[in-house]
Amino acid sequence: MAQLACQDVSLGYEGREIVGGLTFTVNAGDYLCIVGENGSGKSTLMKTILGLRSPMRGEIVMGDGLRANEIGYLPQQTAVQRDFPASVREIVLSGCQGRCGLRPFYNRDERRLAADNMEKLGLTPLARRCYRDLSGGQTQRVLLARALCATQKLLLLDEPVSGLDPKVTAELYRLIADLNARDGITVIMISHDISAALRYATHILHIGERAFFGTRDEYRESGPGREYLRFHGPKGGAKP
Amino acid sequence: MNAFEKLTLYLQYPFVRYALIVGVLIALCSSLLGVTLVLKRFSFIGDGLSHVAFGAMAVASVLRLSDNMALVLPVTVLCAVLLLRTGQNAQIRGDASVAMISVGALAVGYLLMNLYPTSANISGDVCSTLFGSTSILTLTPLEVWLCVILSILSVAAFVCFYHKIFAVTFDESFARATGTNAGFYNLLIAVMIAVIIVLAMNLVGSLLISALVIFPALSAMRIFRSFRAVTICSACLSVCCTLAGMLIAVVAATPVGSTIVAADIAAFAGFSAVGMLRNR
Ligand SMILES: Nc1ncnc2c1ncn2[C@@H]1O[C@H](COP(=O)(O)OP(=O)(O)OP(=O)(O)O)[C@@H](O)[C@H]1O
Ligand SMILES: [Mg+2]
Repeated sequence: MAQLACQDVSLGYEGREIVGGLTFTVNAGDYLCIVGENGSGKSTLMKTILGLRSPMRGEIVMGDGLRANEIGYLPQQTAVQRDFPASVREIVLSGCQGRCGLRPFYNRDERRLAADNMEKLGLTPLARRCYRDLSGGQTQRVLLARALCATQKLLLLDEPVSGLDPKVTAELYRLIADLNARDGITVIMISHDISAALRYATHILHIGERAFFGTRDEYRESGPGREYLRFHGPKGGAKP
Repeated sequence: MNAFEKLTLYLQYPFVRYALIVGVLIALCSSLLGVTLVLKRFSFIGDGLSHVAFGAMAVASVLRLSDNMALVLPVTVLCAVLLLRTGQNAQIRGDASVAMISVGALAVGYLLMNLYPTSANISGDVCSTLFGSTSILTLTPLEVWLCVILSILSVAAFVCFYHKIFAVTFDESFARATGTNAGFYNLLIAVMIAVIIVLAMNLVGSLLISALVIFPALSAMRIFRSFRAVTICSACLSVCCTLAGMLIAVVAATPVGSTIVAADIAAFAGFSAVGMLRNR
């Protein structure tokens, strides 16, 4: 059975539909990129998958014994107040919450995991800094490290590279590809970086006027894919 | 020397010692939760709930209940749950509902106390419920034990769920998305704050409780920049200010509640000054 199955799902706010008829499945170990124009409903879809909103119609089923506390999530925007006193380390560690269950404190493995993820994203020198004093890209990296800490089976990322410099962006793509290939973690990523999507993803979900779901090679040949790549792709998106 | 002698004299009385114990415990509990409430934009919930407790107290005394707590505690807990629940969905609605319940309960409580007077001196009664005049000094051993047990439970719950409370306060939707039962922890916070407020009514009275909840947290946030440091500092500060305020009140014969709040304000001013100096 698939890890995640969406069956004819429609999404919307206050009774107004934004996208409808979404049907797709994600299997364990897939790398799915969700693409589409601004406002097409990508973030809304991700929140629905996470159970933060309910769909207007249709249903989303989690299979393979996937539980919510095995999911890592990077939101597009967080409603964190500007004056929240929290150190980088505290925030990254809070990603390990799902592993704790009812245990009140983090154990050594969880602390090590948090330290490793901070190291991978170059946050170690910032560990004791206050979150509110960080730059935009730095906060993005903190939230990414937190998402990585929470990930055990499935990682959902909403525009992970926005605000990151080219070096960190490249490292992040490598890191995620690594997690996907070596640890078999399923990745669902929303991205406007279509060339990276075509390079790394196994499947593409295009949301918009004409929706599409399939493997990346099918996407290159499809109607919506060609049209989208004409505007956004690297030189027409011809070669990988 | 004179003040010191006076203090040692007073400390020989059990009711003064009881008052100090209860005061310190309440200060500790309220400041621990204060950090979360301030950060969740619920600074005013203390105010709202204490007015609810005032209204319930009025109803209880009109009904001539032998044990006021039996009515006041459940009603306050219920209101806390309702208030924190509406707050989750929409900021403005939560804000307005706190104001509505708070003012409503105050008015109804005062009205009832006037319609069905239980003692000759209504304004004295009302004043002491609002500003907590002497009731802290008339605690029975039973009330002291109740307070000690409830405070220990609150502190234990806070310590056990510290990391969960942090996660839910910092980013509720992330916590929810990654499998933390945010609804349960919000409920826990609501119940704890209601219990503490009912306890604190004896100490500072219902008008001044908010001060006990928010001042230590706000002072600590001027200087410290991690959640743990803020929590620890605010707990220590609150205990110190309450102790200082109560001792001063005993020696100088000032009202207990307002002296404690004055000590909290002084600490806030000091911490703000230090924070400003450090940021320059
Ligand atoms: N809370 C809300 N209430 C009402 N409408 C909303 C709300 N949030 C988003 N929308 C609308 O839903 C649509 C989809 O929003 P969504 O955030 O999912 O877009 P997106 O595909 O993630 O876009 P982007 O690429 O800009 O991130 C938009 O038209 C937006 O105006
Ligand atoms: Mg979006």
